[in-house]
Amino acid sequence: MLYAILCYDSEDVVGSWTKEEDDAVMAKLAVVQQKLAAEGRLGPVARLLPTTAATTIRKGREPLVIDGPFAETKEQLLGFYVVDCSTLDEAIETARDLARASSSAGAFEIRPIAIFKPGSGQGSDRA
Amino acid sequence: MTDLAWINAALTSARPQALGALLRYFRDLDTAEEAFQDACLRALKTWPKNGPPRDPTAWLIFVGRNAAIDAVRRRGKQEALPADELVSDLDDAEAALVERLDGADYRDDVLRLLFICCHPELPATQQIALALRIVSGLSVKQIARAFLVSESAMEQRITRAKSRIAGADVPFEAPDAVERAERLAAVAAMVYLIFNEGYSAIGGAVPMRAPLCDEAIRLARLLLRLFQGEPEIMGLTALLLLQHARAPARLDADGCIVLLEDQDRSLWDRKMIAEGLALIDKAMRHKRRGPYQVQAAIAALHARAAQPEDTDWAQIDLLYAALETLQPSPVVTLNRAVAVAKVRGPAAALAMIEPLAPRLSGYFHFFGAKGAFLLQLGRAAEARIAFDRAIALANTAAEAAHIRLHLDRLIKDSAIKGGTLGDDLQASS
Repeated sequence: MLYAILCYDSEDVVGSWTKEEDDAVMAKLAVVQQKLAAEGRLGPVARLLPTTAATTIRKGREPLVIDGPFAETKEQLLGFYVVDCSTLDEAIETARDLARASSSAGAFEIRPIAIFKPGSGQGSDRA
Repeated sequence: MTDLAWINAALTSARPQALGALLRYFRDLDTAEEAFQDACLRALKTWPKNGPPRDPTAWLIFVGRNAAIDAVRRRGKQEALPADELVSDLDDAEAALVERLDGADYRDDVLRLLFICCHPELPATQQIALALRIVSGLSVKQIARAFLVSESAMEQRITRAKSRIAGADVPFEAPDAVERAERLAAVAAMVYLIFNEGYSAIGGAVPMRAPLCDEAIRLARLLLRLFQGEPEIMGLTALLLLQHARAPARLDADGCIVLLEDQDRSLWDRKMIAEGLALIDKAMRHKRRGPYQVQAAIAALHARAAQPEDTDWAQIDLLYAALETLQPSPVVTLNRAVAVAKVRGPAAALAMIEPLAPRLSGYFHFFGAKGAFLLQLGRAAEARIAFDRAIALANTAAEAAHIRLHLDRLIKDSAIKGGTLGDDLQASS
């Protein structure tokens, strides 16, 4: 089964990391990703730009365009992984590996995926 | 990341908000700073043991406020401090505090803290030093290094700035909409100053001054989070990101300036560019043009050009024309001339900058650009005079070395007919 592992953390805190600290966390996470990729379990991975870059469309008869994220929260959605796991325990174990690689105070939300379309044409080097 | 590194990052990120709130309670900068310091010490003691609180900022405000009140009482009655275990068990109190402090309070707290630093009575260098000390929480040593002065000189500068604002009127009432907009504009200008202080000091000192650029970007993002719908704050943040993205390519291995045209664009920071472009796109939707947005739009055109030849100079010319209307200045016109040289040739550019001579007679970039235009027109002797003048006015060794390269080439090939030297300004702006 496919699971989305959603990464929540305070973007204030993550934004206070020096480049070296940020690089170090990314390198540790890359090790976990490589292991998942070698097992053929790693789907798309994304790191999102800060919520200040977000725009929200509030649906309605006249959809409303709002600057900023959908909700003001203490911790923000900063990125996500899609991982193939045979059981919930395996998904939790994977999230644990990711948590060990980035020991900040955030959280990983594990959400089983109902419909998954890998899509096409999204070049991995496009930012 | 170690526990300690995480706690430090949490304290740094909480600082503007927590200190701003404590300043509102105590209406005295020194007391607020002491209270925050106290709260940080307690955090370092209790967080590794009990884990980080759910809302570190609220925790620091609450603990800092209690610590300062205790300190006042202690001075009066020699009363014992409450045990740390009692202070750290804050779950209910913390939740209640978060409820009470609504978003508008938080926003004005941070804005006030920044606004105090850009008090009109303070010279720009003191404003910047004060903001870095108070809002960013950099140590005096770090700030001194960034300004290339001794620690004691910086200590003095900050003390002097603090005593100056201590006597000034600090606005503690919540501002109305007009006041808030005015404060925001003053604070945005200061953030831009901090950035320029780090950015313009190109040359041997770059690694030491780069933290100023990082701090300015952090402050701009902070402002933008507080004022999500302000297109000029989006523009400011975008401008800083797009300029800073080019930093890795601006100097060669010998510390010489690399022209925008000659920069290795693969060294540009793509993540910063992506964020900058996203923000300028958002800002443009508001159709409320301002100087930061226009400058960011110019930087965006450079960032979007995969090759220097792809640069849309005609559009850059138009944007500088818009900037001339919004914010008339000889330096803006000078920058526009560089685009004009690309679009309409060096003669038009030279005609554009000649009237600026009286006002820019002490400006390095004026003579650098003038020399380059003259050179392109084949007027080598006059170009040489302009370049000589530029060297005499250079602010850094790298600037002088860069012009000297042109001069050396001129001497070697006195019959030079053309050249592509029009980017001097763009490269350093």
